[in-house]
Formats: sequence, structure tokens, C-alpha cells
Amino acid sequence: MAAQSVSLVIAGSGGAGVVTAGSLLLEAAANAGWYALMTRSAGPQIRGGEAAAMIRFATEPVASHDDSFHLLVAIDWENISRFAAEIPLVADSLLIGDPALGDAPAALLRNSPRQAGLAMSEIASSIEGGRPNMVALGAIAGMIGLPVAAMASVVTRQLKRKGQAAIDASMAAFNAGLAAAAGLPAVPRLPAVDSAAREERWSITGNEATGLGAIRGGVRFVAAYPITPATEVLEWLAPSLAKVGGVLVQAEDELASINQIIGASYGGVPALTATSGPGLSLMIESIGLAVAAEVPVVVVDVMRVGPSTGIATKSEQSDLNIAVYGMHGDAPHVVVAANSVADCLFTTQWAVHLAESMQTPALVLTDQLLGQSRAILPRPAELAFIGQRQTAVAAGEGQRYKRYALTGSGVSPMAIPGTPGLTYTADGLEHNELGTPSSQASDHQAQMDKRLRKVAGFDYGDHWADIMDAEAGGGDIAIITWGSSTGPAREALERFSAAGGKARLISLRLIAPAQPDKLAAALAGFERALVVEQSHGGQFHRMLRAFYDLPRQTLALYQPGPLPIGPARILDQLNAWRT
Amino acid sequence: MDAAVAEPRKLAAKDYKSDIKPIWCPGCGDYSVLNALTRALAELALPPEMVAVVSGIGCSSRIPAYTSVYGFHGVHGRALPVATGLKLARPELTVIVTSGDGDGFSIGGNHFLHACRRNVDITYIVMDNQVYGMTKGQASPTTAPDWEGSKLTPEGTGINPFQPLVVGLASGANFIARVSASDPINMAKIIVEAVRHPGFSLVQILSPCVTFRPEQQEWRDIVRTAVVDYTDDAARAARRLMTDDGFNVGKVLYKGSRPPFRPEFEVTDGSIAELEASFAI
Repeated sequence: MAAQSVSLVIAGSGGAGVVTAGSLLLEAAANAGWYALMTRSAGPQIRGGEAAAMIRFATEPVASHDDSFHLLVAIDWENISRFAAEIPLVADSLLIGDPALGDAPAALLRNSPRQAGLAMSEIASSIEGGRPNMVALGAIAGMIGLPVAAMASVVTRQLKRKGQAAIDASMAAFNAGLAAAAGLPAVPRLPAVDSAAREERWSITGNEATGLGAIRGGVRFVAAYPITPATEVLEWLAPSLAKVGGVLVQAEDELASINQIIGASYGGVPALTATSGPGLSLMIESIGLAVAAEVPVVVVDVMRVGPSTGIATKSEQSDLNIAVYGMHGDAPHVVVAANSVADCLFTTQWAVHLAESMQTPALVLTDQLLGQSRAILPRPAELAFIGQRQTAVAAGEGQRYKRYALTGSGVSPMAIPGTPGLTYTADGLEHNELGTPSSQASDHQAQMDKRLRKVAGFDYGDHWADIMDAEAGGGDIAIITWGSSTGPAREALERFSAAGGKARLISLRLIAPAQPDKLAAALAGFERALVVEQSHGGQFHRMLRAFYDLPRQTLALYQPGPLPIGPARILDQLNAWRT
Repeated sequence: MDAAVAEPRKLAAKDYKSDIKPIWCPGCGDYSVLNALTRALAELALPPEMVAVVSGIGCSSRIPAYTSVYGFHGVHGRALPVATGLKLARPELTVIVTSGDGDGFSIGGNHFLHACRRNVDITYIVMDNQVYGMTKGQASPTTAPDWEGSKLTPEGTGINPFQPLVVGLASGANFIARVSASDPINMAKIIVEAVRHPGFSLVQILSPCVTFRPEQQEWRDIVRTAVVDYTDDAARAARRLMTDDGFNVGKVLYKGSRPPFRPEFEVTDGSIAELEASFAI
């Protein structure tokens, strides 16, 4: 990226407070006028396991981690080797540990990073109520140039409940760490940002953004069954819905949550649920029901590593197939995917609009990486999308109400229970225009055509994809990607662009139905394409091959989770094509 | 909606029936349930548009389309969650679920437990014929262990039958009754009571399958009107249900007084702008 950035990790065992430390640092950086992206990694333990907070600070909005980290501060070495693959260190990186706790494990030393000691526990113990994580924060702040005042205001606010003594102890530990930073080797520092130049910024996670998108889109009923890593969407929605006149109900399982939202939406209230892969598998039959009965619902899948229970706490883009093809029968529906933390808001709000407009289920794919990342970003734009359902108020003069009337758009005005004279039975059985069950070939053909027409003929506008060209233009190289792989791809494009390269990035937001004409137009004149995704089977690439014409020379770059494909790997291929 | 405030329309039972001809076999007990249900709706004087009948899959689940109220015919076993979502989203509607022993107690068993527990104000009518009729005669959860009439379990299931009313009581159902399809007048009366009682009302209907369990035609002679009236004491109800042979019918067996689960949709002072402000730095 053109902006300056610094990437660091704070790691430690349970109780070391690394996630707290990371959150304080993020907030302080926000106060200082920086942008940031923080992801967390944790061991499998329910509580108290080892954890790492990985943060990238930058002077401009940041959508991806770098390929390696400048700085790793380990409060202790407990089980830290488990994170070694997720925390790439290079020779230029700086690894800081507490000398009292012995040497760094070999797994962290593969690329021979620079090393330094910081006596975090000893310094902390010399201060009453001092904690090693605050010493670490002080050192980090000193090294990267974070102003003390920014941290002080955060600490004061966070610890207000615990009293002045706690605030003083934390700041004393912080200041001791800050003083120690002077003796440590250098890492990149970020410049202070002029406070007058600052735009309004938000601190938000992808899962919170998803919840906000749902409410903004008009969702007022949510059924919830907890599952990692989607639970935070639901936990954010529970109190938030109550504030805007909505309601969240905890269901007994995912079969219940999907059917509860179908019931609520049949009753006229826009409805949503959020889950992850195993829950989506359970919901699939009923999503097919929503297709057949034409009940709009939104289902968010915060993807994690599969199959089966997989790796519940880590990210993968491998639910694309089930989202697109999971239902039995031909079941036209909508699948959209968010491509950044901020885009979780846009895409979810859009999904509500699409589901309501077309009276069909819309699946939203995000993933653990987007969902559980916290970003400091510019305030997202206001969006015009509000779920708008065509409802029926009266049948034609002397006519019976046809719930599934064969209209030009395929969308039939829906009677909401309570409307006199328009009673009908919504049905998962094939039916005629009235909704009466039918096994006639002609009714099946007509209703299948109608349901397809709804989604195939809809005007998705420019939102089907985000398209971005290098400064010198698109040239003849396209990167085609989706979801959380978009962040690294965007960064690769920016680096390529900064070096004078020409390329175009196309990130598909509308996964289904496919938009072959639009992609063909976006790819006109492109000789080469690089497809980037995080799945073991190349699901996205296969889907592209099934529905789209791709450039003659198309390469697929894919790997399973939990490790993301970093910007450098994408850049390598762009450079290989350039020369 | 309270019958007293409904627009007076004086509809007859037949006005609550649609013109769709049921797919049931001649002599099926479910005809009698359809008659009793529509009679009950007339008695309740509910405007058709204020009633929704929700079902899953099976012979009994075909009922919604045979009525003239709003209907929802969903997937196998999931009628209760659909009804729960509908009633919570639209509390002013009268929501009735029609189900069978397979749909309700086997594939939908978990929802049954939690619907009783949650105690949303809906009425659950389960037509129990101890067989899967739509798939041509397999043992259901309420089938006797030694029934050898199914090709799937030719030597019987060897499994004790499920006790829906005992389980319903233990799970928190707020109203429990058992009726016989052979007495539609009484059935209608009990359905009226079930709909009027707040919370989750469970009505088990012995509804014979004349095709796959022809011996059930004898039920009309076996059933007897329960000798005691309902109790509001769950422990007493449990003792009665645990010792009963399943043929005491025609009366309400238990009425609880737990308040229904009814989260309020209430627009408070909050607004979307306020939610957004919580993210601002």
C-alpha cells in the first residue's frame, strides 16, 4: 500500500491480557488519527488459552495484513509455537521476549529475526498493581510512535470503573515500558496525523457491521443459535434490535432458527439468521422451502474451516459450493459475499434489499477473518437499500388472489396474514398460481420459470463486483477474487501499481446468480487472469469456469485456510506476467 | 385477537373450508379433525385473515390448504419453529399447528420439547395414528413395539412408544388434552378451549389410519371419556398421564398458568443513528 504501515503481534498465555492490550492499542491508535486492522488468534481452550492479537497500523485505511510482521512482543512463550505459521517473521522483524522466561522457541526463529529482551514481569512487579501487558504496550507505543496522550485517554476510560488507583498503576506500567523502548532496536514508526485533517472514523468488527447492515436494511426479527465464529453477529443484534423495535429469539437449533425466520417473514417482518458452515448445512433444506414458498429471508454464513467441525475458530472460503449448489432441486436464490470489514455492512444491507425485493432467500458469505477482525475505518457511507416487499392489498375485482401469479418480473405481490380476502397457503409443494398443490408438468415449468425469472432478471446495478485498476490502468492482467481474499489482492495491486504495473482487480460481490455479461465486459481485452481464493478445492475457480468465459491464460491460486494468501504471493504472479 | 373485538361476520364452519378436495383415504380420521377445526374457528368467530394454520409434512399436515385461513405448509418436522416465528412476529394472529405423530414426535421431536418449554401462545394439534401414512405404512414413535405391519420393521420396532402427553407436560406445555376423532363435536369444543388458553396448548387426537392400521377402526369402541376433570397441578397430571392407557379422551387433562413467552416489539428511544454513534471514535 502507498501509505505507511507497521505490523505487530502481542502474544501470550491466558491471563496475560493480550487481547485487552490489543484493543487498547487499537483504540489509542484511533485517537491518534491512524487506521488499523486487528485480527485475533486463539488456542482451542474455552478460556485462558494462549492468544495473539495481530495488528497493522497505517496512515490510510487498511484491508489486509502484511506478508510478515515488523514486531512480535511475547509476554510469555507459553504455546506460542502454535501461532508460528500465522505470525510470519523475517530477518528484519524484531522479536521481543521477557529474559526472565528463557529463550524464544525455535519455531519463531526460522527466519532469524532480530531479538531483544524486555523485562516485562520484573518492571511490572516493581509497580503496585502493574501488569506486564501494560509494560509491553508502553514499549510498543514508544517504538511505533504512538502518542502517550492517546493511550492515557483510553486507559482512563477503560479503567474508570476500577478506580483511579488502577488507572495510575496501568499508566505507571505503560510509562515504564515507554521509557524502556528507548533502549530497544528500531521498528518502523508512523507519523502523527494532523487532527484537523481527520475524517469521522469507526471502530467496528465485521460481525458488528453485518448486524448493523441487517438493521439498516430493515430486519426486525432474528432467530439465533450460537456458533463460532458467527455468534457475535447475534450477540450484537440482541440488544441493538431491541433499541429499534425488533426482536431476537434464541432457537433450539439451526433447524429451528431458519424456520422461525421463515415464519416471521411469512408474517411480513423482514427476518435474518446468522450461522457458520455446520449450521448452514442444517438449514439448507429449509432455505429450499423459502425458495419454493417464496419467503424472503437472509442467512449470513460466517465461514470457518471445514468440513465438519473443522477448525471452528479460523477462516476459510470453502462454503461457496454449499451456498450456491447446496439445495436439492433447481432452487434459484441469491448469494452475496462481503469483501472487507466495512463491506459486511454494505453487503448485508444489500442482501436484505435483494431478498425482500425478489421474495427469495439471500445468503451472505463472510468469514471468520472478516467477522472477527476489528478495523478502524472511515465512517461507512449511508446506503439507500431498504427491504421493500411487494405486498398485495386486494385481489382483482371478482378474482381470486393468486399468491404465485405469473408476472413479467416473476415477483408476485405477497399477501401478509391479516389482510382480508387474500388468504392463501404458502407451500413447499409445487403449486399453481393460487398456491394449490399441483403435480402438473405445466405448473412446475411455469413456477420454475417464474422463480428463475425473479433472480435472473433483477437489476443488480454496479454492486455485482468491486472493480479497481492500477494507476497506470488495467493493462491486460486481471485478478479475480472474492470475500476476504480481496484485501490481500487489493494490496498486491497497489504494490504492483506503485511499481508502475498495470492490472485490474475484480472482486465479485454477487456470487449467484452469475453475471456472465458483466464479467465479460469487465474482462474485455484482458489476456490473463489470476483467480485467488482460500479453499482447498478451488471452488471459486470452478464456479467461474462453469458460468463465465475466462481469459485464455487463467491461473488459479488457492490454498485452504486458516492461512490467508498474502499480498506477496499474488504480486509474484503479477510480476512474473509483467516480465 | 379476542373474538369480542373481531368484526362480527357470523361465519359458519364451512366458510373456513377451502374448495380443495383432500387427498386422504375414505374413512381417514383427519376428515373429522378438519371438520372439528373449522367448527372451532366458527365458534371462536375469528376472521379468517387473522388465523394461520401451519404444518410440516404428512397426511395430517395437508390441512392448511383445506382451510380458508392463511396457511403455511413447510418441511418435515419444522412446523413448530415456523409457527413460533410467525406468532412472535405477529402476536395478534391466532396460530394453530397441525401435525402428526411422525412429523411432530420423531423428526420434529426437539422442536416439540422446546415449544412446550418456550410456551408461545400457539395451539398444537397432533393427529396420532401410530403410523407414517404418506410413505405407506412405517412405524412411528407412538407405534407399539410389536407391530409387525411394516416392511421396514417386519418384526416390530422393539422400542417402547413415545408418550407425547407425559413428555409435553414435563417439557412445560401449558394445556394438555386428548380427544378422539370419532367425536368431532367434542373435539371442536376442546380445540376452542385450547386456542383460548394462553401459552402452548397440546391436543393429541386419536385419528385412525384406516389404510395402514385398519384395526384402529376399533378405537371408537375402545376410547372412553376421562372420568376426572382437568387438574392445574402438574404433579397430579403427571401421575394420571403416567398410569393412563392412552384411551382416556374427551377432556382437558391439564391446564397450567405459566405466562406465555412473548417478547415485545417495542420501539424505544433508540434509533439506528444511536447504534451507529456507538461505533464512532
